[in-house]
Amino acid sequence: MFSFQQWAATIHQWLQMHTGNWVVFWECVIIALLAITLFAVLGLVLVLLERKVAAHIQIRLGPNRVGPGGMLQTVADTLKLLMKEGLVPDLADKFLFNLAPFIVMMAAMLLLAPIAFAKGIQIWDINIGVLYVSAVSSISVIGILMAGWSSNNKYAMLGAMRSGAQIVSYELSAGFSVLCIVVLSGSLQISDIIAAQENGWWIFKGHIPVIISFVIFIIAVTAETNRAPFDLAEAESELTAGFHTEYSGMRFALFFLAEYINIFIVCAIGATLYLGGWMPLHIANWTAFNSIMDYIPSSVWFMGKTFALILLIMWFRWTFPRLRVDQLLTLEWKYLLPIGLFNLLLVTLMAIQGWHF
Amino acid sequence: MFIKEYISDVYQGVRSLLKGMKKTGYYFVHPSEIITQQYPDNKDQLVLPERFRGEVVMTHDENNEHACTGCTACELACPNGTIKIITKFDVTPEGKKKKALDTFIYHLELCTMCNLCIEACPTSAIKMAQTFEHSVFNRNELTKKLNQPNSKIREGVE
Repeated sequence: MFSFQQWAATIHQWLQMHTGNWVVFWECVIIALLAITLFAVLGLVLVLLERKVAAHIQIRLGPNRVGPGGMLQTVADTLKLLMKEGLVPDLADKFLFNLAPFIVMMAAMLLLAPIAFAKGIQIWDINIGVLYVSAVSSISVIGILMAGWSSNNKYAMLGAMRSGAQIVSYELSAGFSVLCIVVLSGSLQISDIIAAQENGWWIFKGHIPVIISFVIFIIAVTAETNRAPFDLAEAESELTAGFHTEYSGMRFALFFLAEYINIFIVCAIGATLYLGGWMPLHIANWTAFNSIMDYIPSSVWFMGKTFALILLIMWFRWTFPRLRVDQLLTLEWKYLLPIGLFNLLLVTLMAIQGWHF
Repeated sequence: MFIKEYISDVYQGVRSLLKGMKKTGYYFVHPSEIITQQYPDNKDQLVLPERFRGEVVMTHDENNEHACTGCTACELACPNGTIKIITKFDVTPEGKKKKALDTFIYHLELCTMCNLCIEACPTSAIKMAQTFEHSVFNRNELTKKLNQPNSKIREGVE
């Protein structure tokens, strides 16, 4: 059976034979290259996917001129952005202005570490994986605030402030819904959480409380990634382009890329916590069915689940109108947070009594 | 009571969101609903909506007769001076003088396709055509004379 795990082991052995003590260094280099490649490919694929999904939802065709069926549209766009001049406004804080896109990008890259892409393929199986994710995902707000502040533009500033308020509030809800799964699995480690779902994904095993926490999680991460209907940070009808109003060329492309990478990462986390990560769909006592499901590679399972969640979030974006700032905060503080807290209590009771399957 | 309202709020909210998602989801999985026309490619089988407004034309029947009485209702209705009507006096067989249309001048370059002239016309002499490729090299070509040469008013139209 096709497996990334064997490849990784083979490469590890080969490196150990030929480089001796430098094996960790070379593995880091390989992983960095792979991560950058993944980012580039994901950026191209997700932007195209978004445009196609948007078009079909709005009864349009979408990009269909560049390459077969418009497949090369995003490649052409990227080439254009690479060649464009990156302007810096006259009175901008040059250092922070240049630094901000890289901070946002770095936060996205750091989040890649604890994600299990397939069976045994994980950059760093840290024992506080889920905590690490929720901690590091807050770094990107610093980058956004930096971009808004240093642009010397009132729209950028407003967008950044809104984004700050939004991410800080919605992190709570996301945290509480993640805690539900942590309570059920009894571990913060990503590999343990996946292993706990071997006989069924949490969304099936955990009854209604886990479904509620899944819904809250999806809403909260949509807000955290600044996507419609929570795209107040960009709000093109009010703030031109929000925090990246003054950015152009490759710096703008980095913001754009980071947005899509963040979507991928939060969907990957959602798939890991609720849909079993790379774990195939197993139904207890159906041995024949389970063995057929096992035959599908674990990387395909992971990518399938992640892209299903990405499609769901895109579906939200092209269906719902944008919320007002007060509505946004009402939704979080008056609805999601109390429901999330109460739900966490229910899940805890369920875990103590062992009511889940 | 507060709790009841709160729960019904959440329920109504979720329900209306799902309703919207059902509609967009339907469009997403039914590509046959797509209304985009790939214009230069499908020039031959282009289907325009019935009420598409391209330019004002005057309808003439097979006897080269139109229904315009030269009443200038369209000229008065036009918000930006697109239409200019020049009238003349016809002499009827009984020897009476009767006002009639001489030239219907239409400035396509000024027209906003607002349809007010068509609504104002008491005899339905003019209508909106579905042509829309109006670009020309000389601006003068956009000033059009709508009544055909030697055309006259149809019998019985008052």
